[in-house]
Amino acid sequence: MDLNTDKPKLKLGYRLQKDLDKDQFYLLYPEGMVELNQSAALILQLCDGQHSANEILSTLEKSFPDDDIAKDVIDFLGAAYGNGWIN
Amino acid sequence: METDGLIKKELIPRWLLAEITYACPLQCPYCSNPVDFALKKNELSTEDWKRVFTEARKLGSVQLGFSGGEPCVRRDLEELIAHAHDLGYYINLITSAVGMDEERIKAFKTAGLDTIQISLQAPFRELSDAIAGTKSFDHKIEMAKATKRNGLPLILNFVIDRFNIDYLKDTLELALELDANYVEVANAQYYGFALPNRDLLLPTQEQVKRSELVAQEYQRKYSDKMKIYYVIPDYYENRPKPCMNSWGNIFLTITPDGVALPCHASRSLPNANPPSVLEHSIEWIWKESPLFNRYRGMDWMKEPCKTCPERFKDFGGCRCQAFLLTGDAEIADPVCDLSPYHHIVLDAVKEAKMHEKEATVDKLIYRNPKNSKTFCGIKIERE
Repeated sequence: MDLNTDKPKLKLGYRLQKDLDKDQFYLLYPEGMVELNQSAALILQLCDGQHSANEILSTLEKSFPDDDIAKDVIDFLGAAYGNGWIN
Repeated sequence: METDGLIKKELIPRWLLAEITYACPLQCPYCSNPVDFALKKNELSTEDWKRVFTEARKLGSVQLGFSGGEPCVRRDLEELIAHAHDLGYYINLITSAVGMDEERIKAFKTAGLDTIQISLQAPFRELSDAIAGTKSFDHKIEMAKATKRNGLPLILNFVIDRFNIDYLKDTLELALELDANYVEVANAQYYGFALPNRDLLLPTQEQVKRSELVAQEYQRKYSDKMKIYYVIPDYYENRPKPCMNSWGNIFLTITPDGVALPCHASRSLPNANPPSVLEHSIEWIWKESPLFNRYRGMDWMKEPCKTCPERFKDFGGCRCQAFLLTGDAEIADPVCDLSPYHHIVLDAVKEAKMHEKEATVDKLIYRNPKNSKTFCGIKIERE
């Protein structure tokens, strides 16, 4: 993945959905669903084809200023790509 | 409720299956609908279904499958999709494609449908139409193309039996040609109409082995293009499937006449007394009703399941299959080779194998109101 130019986007058929009364996000797709933690939900919300991986990373760093999250964000994007959630 | 150190967690009906009608233009002999479906007359109204979707969503349901019968038979399908979409459901339309045209696909998409899942009985017109008992193949292909043309993800559902299993390669090639996003290759499960047709439908072990190799080859080759799910036939397994991911755990089915079930086959269980959405709230049905609590946890189990280390993985298998094959819903699924009744499954396999030579499609008992009424007649006589 090129961090500057690649703009990840949720694949056709994949959709984020929030619980009605809780701040809990799910990734929904045919025959499946994944419960997302707060940072994973934030990352996938930014996977809209408009933001580069680097832009997603800097947004996350602003949301979690006290943590060193660069590796986690890049690893998560890699896993999301590997799972076929984003392209 | 749960034993053996399992943490009691809140159970949520994440998956809602809405069987909105038993009417169907197709007559597939492997249909999982109850054989006496023709007796169930009163379909829920549009408003009833909307209330069901609203209440289930409040409990945490997020995956919604519209099924039947053929859901496209209901002219309020667009309205139901729109309501469910507003509630935030991920919506899959499980259809034969009959009753659908491109205008309706557009309307479904506008209403908020997420995916269309079209069944295929074979990759060729003659065999597909023969198994479906209705001319439908050409229309299915046309609607699969229209689904993609309108930007919706396409799921193809290929139900495997003795007659079509050897054409899996052709089926997967057809799926590639149609640019399907997902393909479900599901061996027929022997409930509903499939059970009385088992001797004719059940493929041989050799056929199953060959088809598994084909599925694996295509899974490897085309992993970036389409996802292939291969559902193995449990009659050839030595451990049972973790049916519904355990009873009353994540699945909730509502039948056309408003009965709530932990799985679509459980209406056939003895003294099921399934709760009706016309009399109870979804919350009461899910949390309090006797049927949904009957096989939750592990306290109901008998040996060999009761002390089996695999009970956490397979939950003793399928209650409905245990009942259908042995008459006792509380014993191990006889698919398990630890079950004292495993010979019933082995005998069924042998019996089906004996029909290998003379099995032809025209001998199948088709799923239609006439045959359903015949089944009811037989049942009444026995009582």
